[in-house]
Amino acid sequence: MNEQRLRNLTLLSPAVLFLAAFILAPLLLMLYVSVLERGPFGGVVWGSHTGIAYQKLLYERDLLGRLSFNSDYIAIFARSCRLAAMTTLITFLIALPTALYMSTLSRKQAAWILFLVTIPFWTNLLVRNFAWILILRGGGVLDTFMQWTGWVTQPLDILYTPLATGIGLTYSFLPFMILPIYVALERIDPSVIEAAFDLGANRLRVLQRVVLPLAMPGIIGGAILVFVPCLGAYVSPELLGGGKSLMIGNLVQAQFGASRNWPFGAALGIVLVLALLLVIAMAALANQHKKRVSR
Amino acid sequence: MNGVAIDFARVSKTYPGASLPALNGVSLSIRQNEFFTLLGPSGCGKTTLLRMIGGFDYPDSGDVTLSGIKIGRTPPHLRRVNTVFQSYALFPHMTVAQNIGFALEMLNRPRDEVRRRVDEVMGLLRLDGLGDRHADQLSGGQQQRVALGRALAPKPEVLLLDEPLSALDLKLRKAMQVELKRLQAQTGITFVFVTHDQDEALTMSDRIAVMQSGVIRQVGRPDEIYERPADLFVAEFIGDANFLESTCCARSGADGEFQLDGQGDQAPWIKVDKVGHVAVGQKAVLMIRPERVRVVAGAGAALTGRVFETIYSGSSRMVHAKLPNGTLLRARLDGLPVSGALPDEVGFYMDPAALTAFVR
Amino acid sequence: MSRHKLLSSRINATVAALAILFLYLPIVTLVVLSFNDNDLTTIWTTVSVKWYLAVLQNGDILRATKNSLMVACAATFFATCMATLAALGMVRISRGPRVLLEGLLGLPLLVPEIVTAVALLILFVLIGFPLGLTSVTVAHTVFCIPFAYYPIKSRLAALDQSLLEAASDLYASPRRRFFRVELPLLSSGICAGALLAFISSLGDFVITYFVAGPGATTLPIYIFSLIRLGVTPEVNALSAIFLFASIVMISIAFVLLQSISEQKKPKGAA
Repeated sequence: MNEQRLRNLTLLSPAVLFLAAFILAPLLLMLYVSVLERGPFGGVVWGSHTGIAYQKLLYERDLLGRLSFNSDYIAIFARSCRLAAMTTLITFLIALPTALYMSTLSRKQAAWILFLVTIPFWTNLLVRNFAWILILRGGGVLDTFMQWTGWVTQPLDILYTPLATGIGLTYSFLPFMILPIYVALERIDPSVIEAAFDLGANRLRVLQRVVLPLAMPGIIGGAILVFVPCLGAYVSPELLGGGKSLMIGNLVQAQFGASRNWPFGAALGIVLVLALLLVIAMAALANQHKKRVSR
Repeated sequence: MNGVAIDFARVSKTYPGASLPALNGVSLSIRQNEFFTLLGPSGCGKTTLLRMIGGFDYPDSGDVTLSGIKIGRTPPHLRRVNTVFQSYALFPHMTVAQNIGFALEMLNRPRDEVRRRVDEVMGLLRLDGLGDRHADQLSGGQQQRVALGRALAPKPEVLLLDEPLSALDLKLRKAMQVELKRLQAQTGITFVFVTHDQDEALTMSDRIAVMQSGVIRQVGRPDEIYERPADLFVAEFIGDANFLESTCCARSGADGEFQLDGQGDQAPWIKVDKVGHVAVGQKAVLMIRPERVRVVAGAGAALTGRVFETIYSGSSRMVHAKLPNGTLLRARLDGLPVSGALPDEVGFYMDPAALTAFVR
Repeated sequence: MSRHKLLSSRINATVAALAILFLYLPIVTLVVLSFNDNDLTTIWTTVSVKWYLAVLQNGDILRATKNSLMVACAATFFATCMATLAALGMVRISRGPRVLLEGLLGLPLLVPEIVTAVALLILFVLIGFPLGLTSVTVAHTVFCIPFAYYPIKSRLAALDQSLLEAASDLYASPRRRFFRVELPLLSSGICAGALLAFISSLGDFVITYFVAGPGATTLPIYIFSLIRLGVTPEVNALSAIFLFASIVMISIAFVLLQSISEQKKPKGAA
């Protein structure tokens, strides 16, 4: 074997082997577990294969052994999808103007804003969601403020609702949307925009016909970075949603905690992975389509 | 006669993915203690050849020899060859003194010897007092001298210079050309210099190799290359030249006579010395440098032309004329006082020894 | 570079300002309230640092902090070493295999945390690996690797190859060249990568929650359990301390990353 190639492989092997062992293998294992039989005290019965976990997503068995359609889990998926989609949309609506503003600043100023935007991301997720508890709870900051200004007379009941979860999610993932869009905007050649204005387009038109299409890869990237983690989010729904707005993440955690249904938890994990693959595939298709259109 | 420092024997190299070879069977001998230049347009292979001496590229076939020892695949750190890079490549995390002393450190020389040699080199290159600075605190010219000093400090057998002056402004460039020439003479090290600037090559070199598309077109002293280019490419690449399409109409010994095309049978016959292998009836291109074309009185001259432009540039005038067959001829008149404009119709005389005939 | 001055608009500026406000409102609220003397966190009485003192004296908290730091140091160390080696090895890999390999390296960041958590838990239980600080360290190393990898890769890509050639040219053996030239030049990338890995390890909750065993309480897990019990001022003060530490570390990392991107700028004629 070529000496250079041997050297490269040796250098790569620790990281590659480690990750193959501790993320690839576990994911495959999770797939396997999802088709195993649930153990009597939690865990699984190795070697006993069944598709029951997947069946549980849609159906439940009553005491007489009859199958009937169960929409509970579908409802949770739907809610998760809805919240994830809403969060993606709202973060986009906030992130786009913000990124546009940043691209009009000098390099140094933009770097500062970028810094400000990224800091919250790096502080602990729990702490950040906890802060929202302080704000949103009955008698919390928001409530106190609202009552002080007299805009409302009764305490707002925001905490432990899907709205609270939505706020938490938007807050957690906003930086994920700002950064890719900003990077994409930076890549646009300013003379293209100048030319558009030169040709008589007003600002709105320029945005619509020039800027957005060119920034699309960044927008799609941001959308993936927000949608997928939102779908599988655990902290925000757990702390802010209460029992009323369970998302897939909470459901999964329950299977490894109280409910002790590992195969089902694994099956839910597989569903999340499939959702991830679907989203990536859609994004790749959108990119392909764009390339074909622009030819 | 000096011994051979570097020898290339039928060296070829094709980069992976390239359709054409970078070097195609190149053979070349560079002598010790000479200032040798590799000259040619971008992509001609001169940098590849240089990198092979340094050990940064290996030949696909053929031998590279340094002072008699084959160094084909020896890695750079085992060759007594040092390089001045085009981008200088000064180590940003080290001071000037550390940069210059780096090679000696790698050769495990004692610390006081290193310090002495570094001081010596800094003095030689007028870098005194800059020892503690870092590369980004120096001017372009200073960085260039540090790169030079760093490569000279370990007293290599051969010094490679990869277009080291290309980033400098004109005045600094001229000054460095003189300095490099002086350094080479002073140190006695073989310098192999790569450039695409033919003026630079002609000024500085003991010998030049003109390259094109992976082959060497001609090797020789600057005056040989200039006065007697080996082929059309060299003639076109070096200096300024007139090219006249013609046909050979007579041979006598080593000399010959040519008739310019496009003027019919009445065209004047032009004598050319040392025509080489041109047969009667064969087409050839005659080359003459503008400064060798003499302007004479129109009447009675064999070759006449119509002047349509005269460009004045201080020390000389360039006369642009059109010959009866439509060809452009340029003549450079040096040092003549500007005594009135030239007549419209002038005669030209071209010394047979100043003409070269090339078969296409 | 591209400064799209023509796109300036007051709407954008306003939204941007509101976005920044939105991002910092909770943080500021948290910090301000942590100085509240009152037991009931959101009803203001007077300024006091008593909750901070309470936190610093709390044995459980100190133990959890120690655990977090140990795990973070170990995970960062292993991850940074592996990531550095991987970045060095990736340089000469051709495009096809490179996409796959870098995909693997980035996988921990792409997969939702809860999926990684579940998968790792299943693995540990299957192979009988005891759940404790070690399992947490292994799990953290998994996502620390990509965090460390990207800044190092970035720095390596910006490294002028002719510097390495110059080192060899000047008689440095491959080993000496690596330690005297390549590694020092990579150091800003390695430091930035290590910092990012460290910060993410300190702050991780979901994965840790799943693979930690009894006695392996890290700081985020402890905070979570406190929040579960109800909003208390200690949580508040603790959160504020955590916040402050994160901000300091990420600021340093940011400065390092900026210096790396500065070196990427093409060198003008000297």
